Amino acid sequence: MSVVQIVALALASAILAITIKQYRPEISLLISLAVGIIIFMSLIPHIRTIISFIESFENSANIDFKIITPLLKIIGTSYIVEFGSEICKDAGEGAVAKKIELAGKILILILAFPIINALFETILNILKSL
Amino acid sequence: MGVDFIFKIAGIGIIVAVLNMLLSRSGREEQAMMTTLAGLIVVLLMLVREIGNLFETIKSVFRL
Repeated sequence: MSVVQIVALALASAILAITIKQYRPEISLLISLAVGIIIFMSLIPHIRTIISFIESFENSANIDFKIITPLLKIIGTSYIVEFGSEICKDAGEGAVAKKIELAGKILILILAFPIINALFETILNILKSL
Repeated sequence: MGVDFIFKIAGIGIIVAVLNMLLSRSGREEQAMMTTLAGLIVVLLMLVREIGNLFETIKSVFRL
């Protein structure tokens, strides 16, 4: 899906969502949810190529600690959290959106621990070797 | 999966809105409520399948 198609689809569904909002607000929310799903599904092939491209770098760098996997987990978590919280904000539920974001931050922090450990170890090794 | 999916949902939304207005004008308030709920459930069922599909894809892509 080219960028023109994506923008056209988004505009069409925004107009549809507005027209239906005055009669059935919940269905207009579901329309915006459906557009989010469709646009992201159309981006999946591009994301896969980006990830394989980055992985080829990591393999060539032959460092022992695989940094790509936790990084991908963090990116995936942040995307899902953002997806959910924006939908809740559209529905007017600001408090629920903030709770989702809080949960996302905590989960991402947990995912980041291995990376932080690896960073400290490398720093300590460098200091020792001085 | 695509534009037709969105137009399907919008179509159901419009039909439900019109039916709701007709039924409430003709005095059948509870049936209007029923059609609204029925339309919402149909759209939700269609959407839940797509949301599950999306989350499965995200899990496989980002190795969650």
